[in-house]
Order: sequence, then structure tokens, then C-alpha cells
Amino acid sequence: MTSELDIFVGNTTLIDEDVYRLWLDGYSVTDAVALRVRSGILEQTGATAAVLQSDTMDHYRTFHMLERLLHAPPKLLHQLIFQIPPSRQALLIERYYAFDEAFVREVLGKKLSKGTKKDLDDISTKTGITLKSCRRQFDNFKRVFKVVEEMRGSLVDNIQQHFLLSDRLARDYAAIVFFANNRFETGKKKLQYLSFGDFAFCAELMIQNWTLGAVGEAPTDPDSQMDDMDMDLDKEFLQDLKELKVLVADKDLLDLHKSLVCTALRGKLGVFSEMEANFKNLSRGLVNVATKLTHNKDVRDLFVDLVEKFVEPCRSDHWPLSDVRFFLNQYSASVHSLDGFRHQALWDRYMGTLRGCLLRLYHD
Amino acid sequence: MPGKLKVKIVAGRHLPVMDRASDLTDAFVEVKFGNTTFKTDVYLKSLNPQWNSEWFKFEVDDEDLQDEPLQITVLDHDTYSANDAIGKVYIDIDPLLYSEAATVISGWFPIYDTIHGIRGEINVVVKVDLFNDLNRFRQSSCGVKFFCTTSIPKCYRAVIIHGFVEELVVNEDPEYQWIDRIRTPRASNEARQRLISLMSGELQRKIGLKVLEMRGNAVVGYLQCFDLEGESGLVVRAIGTACTLDKLSSPAAFLPACNSPSKEMKEIPFNEDPNPNTHSSGPSTPLKNQTYSFSPSKSYSRQSSSSDTDLSLTPKTGMGSGSAGKEGGPFKALLRQQTQSALEQREFPFFTLTAFPPGFLVHVGGVVSARSVKLLDRIHNPDEPETRDAWWAEIRQEIKSHAKALGCHAVVGYSESTSICEEVCILSASGTAAVLNPRFLQDGTVEGCLEQRLEENLPTRCGFCHIPYDELNMPFPAHLTYCYNCRKQKVPDVLFTTIDLPTDATVIGKGCLIQARLCRLKKKAQAEANATAISNLLPFMEYEVHTQLMNKLKLKGMNALFGLRIQITVGENMLMGLASATGVYLAALPTPGGIQIAGKTPNDGSYEQHISHMQKKINDTIAKNKELYEINPPEISEEIIGSPIPEPRQRSRLLRSQSESSDEVTELDLSHGKKDAFVLEIDDTDAMEDVHSLLTDVPPPSGFYSCNTEIMPGINNWTSEIQMFTSVRVIRLSSLNLTNQALNKNFNDLCENLLKSLYFKLRSMIPCCLCHVNFTVSLPEDELIQVTVTAVAITFDKNQALQTTKTPVEKSLQRASTDNEELLQFPLELCSDSLPSHPFPPAKEHLESASSNSGIPAAQRAVTVEKASPVGDGNFRNRSAPPCANSTVGVVKMTPLSFIPGAKITKYLGIINMFFIRETTSLREEGGVSGFLHAFIAEVFAMVRAHVAALGGNAVVSYIMKQCVFMENPNKNQAQCLINVSGDAVVFVRESDLEVVSSQQPTINCQSSCTEGEVTT
Repeated sequence: MTSELDIFVGNTTLIDEDVYRLWLDGYSVTDAVALRVRSGILEQTGATAAVLQSDTMDHYRTFHMLERLLHAPPKLLHQLIFQIPPSRQALLIERYYAFDEAFVREVLGKKLSKGTKKDLDDISTKTGITLKSCRRQFDNFKRVFKVVEEMRGSLVDNIQQHFLLSDRLARDYAAIVFFANNRFETGKKKLQYLSFGDFAFCAELMIQNWTLGAVGEAPTDPDSQMDDMDMDLDKEFLQDLKELKVLVADKDLLDLHKSLVCTALRGKLGVFSEMEANFKNLSRGLVNVATKLTHNKDVRDLFVDLVEKFVEPCRSDHWPLSDVRFFLNQYSASVHSLDGFRHQALWDRYMGTLRGCLLRLYHD
Repeated sequence: MPGKLKVKIVAGRHLPVMDRASDLTDAFVEVKFGNTTFKTDVYLKSLNPQWNSEWFKFEVDDEDLQDEPLQITVLDHDTYSANDAIGKVYIDIDPLLYSEAATVISGWFPIYDTIHGIRGEINVVVKVDLFNDLNRFRQSSCGVKFFCTTSIPKCYRAVIIHGFVEELVVNEDPEYQWIDRIRTPRASNEARQRLISLMSGELQRKIGLKVLEMRGNAVVGYLQCFDLEGESGLVVRAIGTACTLDKLSSPAAFLPACNSPSKEMKEIPFNEDPNPNTHSSGPSTPLKNQTYSFSPSKSYSRQSSSSDTDLSLTPKTGMGSGSAGKEGGPFKALLRQQTQSALEQREFPFFTLTAFPPGFLVHVGGVVSARSVKLLDRIHNPDEPETRDAWWAEIRQEIKSHAKALGCHAVVGYSESTSICEEVCILSASGTAAVLNPRFLQDGTVEGCLEQRLEENLPTRCGFCHIPYDELNMPFPAHLTYCYNCRKQKVPDVLFTTIDLPTDATVIGKGCLIQARLCRLKKKAQAEANATAISNLLPFMEYEVHTQLMNKLKLKGMNALFGLRIQITVGENMLMGLASATGVYLAALPTPGGIQIAGKTPNDGSYEQHISHMQKKINDTIAKNKELYEINPPEISEEIIGSPIPEPRQRSRLLRSQSESSDEVTELDLSHGKKDAFVLEIDDTDAMEDVHSLLTDVPPPSGFYSCNTEIMPGINNWTSEIQMFTSVRVIRLSSLNLTNQALNKNFNDLCENLLKSLYFKLRSMIPCCLCHVNFTVSLPEDELIQVTVTAVAITFDKNQALQTTKTPVEKSLQRASTDNEELLQFPLELCSDSLPSHPFPPAKEHLESASSNSGIPAAQRAVTVEKASPVGDGNFRNRSAPPCANSTVGVVKMTPLSFIPGAKITKYLGIINMFFIRETTSLREEGGVSGFLHAFIAEVFAMVRAHVAALGGNAVVSYIMKQCVFMENPNKNQAQCLINVSGDAVVFVRESDLEVVSSQQPTINCQSSCTEGEVTT
């Protein structure tokens, strides 16, 4: 006796959260059944393995049918085929678009292209996440990217509107899309200590301050070559950043800056002497990062540079985080007292964001 | 009444991409009714077209309005080649043809294609203007309401229950026409869908005409079925119960503004007879007290038939002659006369209802059924479907005579079904023989009934259990005792019925689903030989199914079956029997005795040991079941004469029918002759199997109950969470093990596993009950068995469930209050009912009796109540507005039950009767057979919901999947499935919402009572 056909269709579509998770995690029906058996469900319910098999198959089939709709979540809300309570719909969507930290760290900043997709095998092996799940997560990133790529307006809002994600998840996706678009390098060894959260935090600050959308400069001419407001860094801004060069190139200015900072921090910093000794190097590092941002290559290496030029030197001198904060605050503020420096607004736009990022990146 | 049909096509959404180049679609819509077609403009390059068309107007006869479906086709415009069809929507406009239902159909409908399934949605608005034209010879029956519900619909009152209506129409099946060889599968499927839609419309119209002839205005318990006879054609047949219904005027009832003249016109059929009193009132000239011959030697000419007079299988011990039994005698005779006269004119005194107004059902005799095997021949003249008519007439005649043999004049809970395999067809009919209270059947005045009723003073609570036949001249040997409730009348020791448990019946403990399952191999044969082989097998199957049912019932420690449905399915090389019923312990019936096992060779020591081991197992099971189902009947003193409480040692024998001669086969005696009591004699391996199979049925896991009736006896605190589902399983038998035993085991496992799966899937709903569990078996191919189950899981409140051991009065009180519906209905029903028998709030009873005494006829009072509660009405109207028109899709509940727990049905919008075909030529790509059918059933649900929502409803009640015919050809990567569903579209309001309103007014009941009070004083 073999079961040829075995289905269960409810007027309200039954969603088993546990099975959904197994499905999302990319387990085959057989593996999922084995995992469920291990969870002790048979003992709890008195069911047989055959029942579990049939139940799992059924749920998998439902999820498979729902997957098409999950690719465009608003469709899930308006479709008539599956009657699902709103709270369940939200759960389905949220879980479907959720991703693994380990996975996102692997692809963050990479081009979401076929080439990367081919690397998923390796990522799967490396992270222990099933290939199927990797594919789903990758495809989600890519899908969201494709949809919001050409859109104007707030990145987070666009994502929320088109994918009906929670605020938290939409922000994460905004970061992913932003990183993918600007191709920030995140995979280098020295960046391994950083979490997705660190990058997402930086991405949010950068989106808020460094993009076109940030300054509210709606392009006057809609046909102009204006890029997407929230996804691309403000080209003009990057160009202007060259003007900051003077802060390190002009020796007098640099000395004056240093003395201002040192005066202000004397006695307040545990690592004062180290700071004093390193000031010029650190300042050069931070300003040079700014001036190089006109080159795409250097934009990509932004985080590598920040870590190399600032985080690592400070860390090797054992600066406590509070000292870093004191220093950065003073370092940015003191520039206002430099009479010969005319680009105060530019400096604030740059340093305000950078300070936030650096503080977040500064940890073990 | 010709009419004008108006259709507007608003918009489409989620259309499929039809032009690969642009990834868009140039869609337009064809709207067709009858032979007229309109088209919208082409909406270029969009997947969400906004047509916003003008109103397309069709001027049509109402005959066409009833028969024809509105057909909407969405196409993709193609400049160079033929336009591609995207899909279709068929809309049945019948609900717009009677005033109390929907006034407009408006909403998003799934666009359906028989090959691709649902492809986007279309927003359509449909209206009908009917013109009054009284003088014409009626061909139409606009205005007759149809209900699938097999009880009086919740917001109506039955004035008269007229009786049985039936009709059938036949046609050639387009799938088998010559043209099918050259047309595409899509064209063929669509031709079939359209034809069936047309035929159902025609059938409904014809039934409606019959109802009008009977002076009724509604059909309740309408059951329409298709027989796909293959080469020989397509039969669409329907049965139902004609009634005259009155809209109840409870404050919550949704009353359309029926004062507007146009509405009034539509209502003509209801008001046609303003003065029903002119017809014969009360019992007409008493006929001579007829003497019935209950001789069991009825001679049937039919090939196969059996009277399942289920009071059988019982021991016949010495009966104490009770003088008390005679007390009921004269009354019974009187009743018989009245009923007789009421039913006299009727060809078939059948009722498709399974639940009745209080007092309607007087006595129940038992299950009557008839089957007949027929060879299908081509239907030559579709306009004269005489043969099919004759076949059914024959069967019905037989049912009638069975009922008569049981001393009953009527058959209730009546249903008909067929099973077809190639050219052989088994026609089956079954029902419950009953004696009915004549007052519902006559056009008598209400006052007349009132007097009559006062005389009667029926002990309703146990009355239906009392035997309707003469105990001295019983139609079969049965063991009678005095009723355990009233101690006056005689009752049988077991009762089988096809109806729902009467609401006023006293039940001890809870009920449970009981199934008998059986397979019989049969040689492949052709034509006559095949039919003969089948008819020879049938009686044996009936017998076995019965034995199984009886054994399982005893094993559960119960004494009555309700909702019994025996399905016999014919296949190429086997017959399958599946009987489902809900077992209960009726307090009025005696405690069932246990089951004793007797070995055949008592000398063998080890064998004896084995037997005693089995016996112990059985006894343990019975004890366990009694505990599980909370069956602890009060101790009955032994003094009652004829008490059937079995002495522990009292053994009697039941023999398997091994010595039946061929003559006896035609008149199958299921009573096991004069043998005494319940002994299973293990005389061969077969019997061993049976005993084993008895014990293999696993009870549902704790927290789960199941039944196949509307509600579970013993549970009355339902919460509002419901989940309707359909589950389908097909197993392939390996041809090697085709023995009867192996087959039985396979089939048993299939059903048991299916139930286990359901329990597991629905575990999150515990504590819950599977209600209206409906199994259907089909044998699509040689080695395939398909089982389809539709049921609804309802959660209940466990805490309250614990306190159910109460007096019956309290119990029914609680019941009534949980079902607000009934409560509201009662003020009106009580007035035509025997008061003392009704356990209702004293305050209300008082009011009622006060008003009855005042002599105001019930009908008049009903009207006054209706008018006197405009405030409540207004309040509720807001509530019962169609569900939210928000962006999200409104929830539509579906349930096979006639009610929605925790809610009140305020309006019936019309019946939903839909037929779909789905076919695929890429089975693997669609996820194999399971993926294909899963998607299709989900789509069918979606289309039902969409239609209900478009009618302004938020639920389907009495939903039933009448057919699910699945055929596959994996080698060709093809599959096809036909599904037929029906139900009643309704608007319901949550009781919690009602309370909000009623908190403004003291209570609903109080409100109506108060107004009533004003009128009477």
C-alpha cells in the first residue's frame, strides 16, 4: 500500500511555525521529519512517523505554493487563494525575509550578481547554512535590491512599502542594499571582527547624511542624470571632500588643530600622551579617507581604511572607548576654531557621520 | 417576469503576463449571457487594467435568468493572431432573483482557467431588474428560495412543510461527443462546465415550479448531484423538501426595506396566498384506521434490496406485556390517522431534513434503505429522461414500503446517491422511517393546531425513541423495553437513524464517530454478468457493515446511531462499503449489553485461553470507552419488567449468516433470527479478523472528539474558532495482496491513518471536536482507493465542558443560550407547541402562555413583533453590513454545519452551487498529483469565498463537496479533476457584537418580549 496522493486543505491555511522554520532553513522533507522526530513531537502527540511525514509534506507543499506570493508580499495580502489571518501573513513575510548573520556577513557589500550566486556553495560549506537557505536569502537581497534600485524617496520606506517588512528588518535591508550598491568591502580579515549590526549602523548614518536624499536636494530636473536618492553617495559631496585636504596638507593648520585638541583634552584622557604622539597620523588618516572618496575603489575600501588608519592604531595603544569618544568629539569640534578653514559645514557633514561610525566600529 | 440584467466590468488585477516581449498584457473582457455578448475596450499594456466599462444590459426572460449563468471571459488582445483567453468567471445570478437575498453582486472574482487555474482577479458588478408579469403561464420559478441546509434555516419559521420535491435532467456529456476528438481540452472542459451550470439552473427552476405548485415558497435540504455516466450521458438530479417559510422577525434579523414596491413584486410567490385558512383545516375526515401488515415476508421484485430496520440484531427474551404500553395506543392511532391524511396525497412522504422544529418528529422507526444495480444505456432523448426517472421512482417506492413496514408514514433524513463504474450503476437511497406530527404538514390554521396540541401533550424528550410499530405485530424480532425516561412507552434496545440528534433528546455522556469499513473483491465482468455479480454481493455487504456497526456501537457502550450514512462504491474488481455515524447513549434506551466471544472448539485449552484473553480485551475496551465518553447512566432498578440489563452470565448466540439460501438473499434479515444476544462466535479466521479490527480502532487523542452529525452530543460550549478542511488520500494497492482480508486491512488503515493525520494537524485547536465528518470513497482505477474527507473542527471551552452533568432541562437551557439563534426563534415557535415539554426560561414561558391565552394567532403576533422592533432592526443593520471593504481580503468562513458557533446568521443570500474542472498536461511541474489537487482545492475554496463575498456575505454554511472526481495518467504527465461544491451564502454577526448593541437595550429577548407584552395587554 503506497500513498499516491495525500493532501489537506483548510479554509484557513494552516501554518506550522516549526515546519516553516525548517523549510526556510532549507531542510529536505526527510531531514525535516527526522528533526521533528528528534524534537520529541511524536511522544507529545502520540502520532506516528507516517503522520509526521504526511504533515511535513503537506506544509512544504503549502509553503512552496506560498513562495511565489512571498516574492511580492503585497500580493500575499490581496490574493484570494489562501485565507490567512493578517498576523500570520506578517509572520510568513517577516520570517521569509529574515536572514542569518553568518550569511549576510559573507555577501554584504558584494555585487548581487550571478557570480556571487555561484559562490553560494562555498558560503554554504563555510557557514553550515544549507545551500537552499543561502539561495533564498541571496535571492531576497537581490529581489529587494532590484525593486528599490530605481526608486526615489526613502530607501527604508520603499522597502517597507514593497515588502511589508517590520521597521527593524526594513532598516537591515536598506543597509544590505546600500552596501551592495556601493560595494563596500567587508570581507577582509581585519574586518571580520565586525558584525552585521555594526555595518548596518554605519549604513544608516551614511544614508542619513551622505546621500542625496539626506540633504533633501530633490533634483530640479527630473531627467537629469540624478542617481537614486538614498542608495548612492552624494557625488558632489564626495568631490567637495577634497577640500578637507588642507587640514593635513597645511602644516600650520595641522599644528594648530593639534594644539587645540591637546589643550582641550589635557588631563581628561587616560591615553593623552599616546594621543598626542599619534595625533598627526590619526588626523592624516581620517582626512585622507575623505579626500580619496572620489575614487570608487577607495569608497569600497572605506571600512578597511577606517579600521587600518584609526581603529587599529588606537586599539594597539589600548584606548578605552570613552577616550576615543572624547578625542573624536574634540577633534571634530576644534576645527570650528580654525580660522583659516572655510569648509565647516562640509567638515561637519563628514565628521559627524564618521564619528558615529568609528565609535561603533571601535570594539574588539 | 422578464428582467433586465446589468453588468459592469470595473477592473482587473494580478493578471498573468501574456506578452513575453513587454511582460505585460493587453486585456479586454467579453460578457456573455444567453446568446448576447458585449465587449469592453482593450486596456493596453497593464497587468492591472481599469476598464470601468459602461453598464452592459441584457433584456431576458426570467426563465433564462434562472437557467443561464453569466459568463465573463478575460482575453488578451492580439493584433496578428487569435486573441488568447486568460480565463473565465461564471456567475450564478439566481441569488438576485428573490428579494430577501442579495440585491447586488459586486466584488473581485478569481479568473479561472481549466488548464492554468486561477489567473488574476476581475472586479464585476451585477444587478437585476425584474418586471412583474403575472398573467403569463409560469415557466420560471423566480422567488422560490433554495437552501442546502437540512433544517429550517435559522432566521425562518416553517409554516408548512410540504414535502418531497425531485427532478432530474439529462444531457449528452460534451466530453464524450465526437467533437471532443478535435477540440482542445480547454474547450471541452469549458463546454462541460457551461453545460452543467445550465443544467443546474434548469433543474433548480423546475424544482421551483413544483414548489410553487405545492404552494410553497422555499426548498430546504436541497441536494443536487451529478452522475457522470460516461458514454451514456450526464444526469443532474436534485431532491429537496418544499416548505412555506416565514421570515422571523427577531430584532437582529436583517430586514430589507420590503415596503418598496419593486421588492413587493419580487415577493409575489410568498404572498400569493394571503388566506391560507381557506384550505382544509385540521385533520380532515378520519380515514378508516388502517391495519398494517407487518409481516416480515415482504416480497421484493428488485434485484437487491434490504430493509435496514435497525432495531434488529437484538435478543428476544421474554417480554413482559405492559399495560402501560397501551396508554399510548389510542393516541398513536389518532396521530396515525392525521398523519396519514396529511401524507396521503403525497407520492413520496419523504423529507430531506435532518433536524426538525420541536414537536415535528413524533416517533422514529429506524433506517430504511434500498439499493439497485442498473446497467447504463445511452440516453436517447434528453427531453424524456424516463428511464432514470423510473429507476428512482422504483427505489423510492421501495423506501416507502419499508417505512410502512415499520409502522411509519414518512421518511426523514432522506438522501439518494449513486456509484458508477463503467456501465454499471448502483442507485442508493436511505432515510429514517418516522411518524410525524401532522400539524406542520397541513395547511391548517394555527389555532386548530393549538387545540390539538393541548390534547396531545407529547412527552417529546423521549417520544421519538418510542416504537411506532405495533409491538404485537412487529416487523422484525426486536427486544423492547419500557422507555427509561417515561416508563410508559416501549422502546427498542438500539436505534439507528440518518437524522441529527433531536435537540431535546437526553443523552448521557458524549458521542463519537463510528465507522464500518468493508471491501469485497469481485471478478471483473461485463454488462449483465457484472450487474448480477454486484447485486449478489450487496446483501452480504449490507449485512457485514451492519454487524460491524453494531459491534462497534456496543464496544463504545452506546445504544444509538445518528447521521448514519452507508456508502457502497463499485469499482472494476471490488466493492467498498463505508458506513459513518455518530454513536450516542440515549437515556431513554436501555444500557447496551457487552459483547461475548464464543470459541467454536471449546475443548482446546490454549484456544480457550486465547478466547478469554480476547474477551478480557473487549471488556476492557468497553470499560475504557465508557470512561472516555463519560457514559455513566443512572442505576436502574431491576424491577422494571423486561429490563434488558444482561445478567453477567447470560450468554446468547449470534451466528454469522452462513446458511442463507439464495432466496433469503433478496429479503435479507439483519435481525439474526431468533438467536438470543450478543455473542461473536469465532469460527473461522474471518471472524478472528473482525474481532481484531474491532479492537484496532484507536480512539482520538485526548482533547479531541469527532462526530458526523451537526454537533457533538454532550458538548455545548463551542467557542468561535472554526476550521473547515478537505483532505484527500489515494492509495495504490499492490496487486499481489488482493485478498478480502488484505483489502479490508488496507482500507481500514487508510481511514484510520487519515483520521490520525487530521488529529495531528489540528492539534493546536485542542480541545476541539471534528463535526460533520464526511467520508466519501471512490475507486478511480483498478488498484486505487480514494478517500475524501470534509469536516469542520470547532474548539470548545474545556472548563465549561466539565460541568455538563446536569439535569436535561438545565442542559437544554444552556444549549439554547449558547445558540442565541434558537432562543430568538422560540417565542414564535413555542406558540405552536406543547408548552410543558419545553424546558425554557420560565419568564419567557410565562409570557408565551400569556400571549397564547390571549388568543392572538401566532402569525399575527409574529407580524406585530416584526413591526414593533424597528430600533433593534436599525441597530443591527449596521452590524450586518458586508465585511470590511478594506484593501485586505475579507474573511469568509466555510462550514458544513448549518450554523456558526458564537454567531448569529442574520441573512441568507442564496445557494452557492459550483462546478469546476481542472486539467493539466504538466503534472510533474505542478508538484505531482498532490500538488495539482492541493492547488485545485485551494482554488475552489477561493472561488466559493469570492462569490460569497461578492454577494455581501461572510460565510458559507451547510457547505458540502459533493463530488471530487480525480483521474490521473502519470505516464502522459496528465491529470484531471472535477469538483462540485454547494452551500448557503449567509451574513452572520458575532454574538459578542450583538451584545454590544444589546447592552444599549436590556437584552434582545427582553426587547421582543416587551413589545409583545404591549401588544397582548
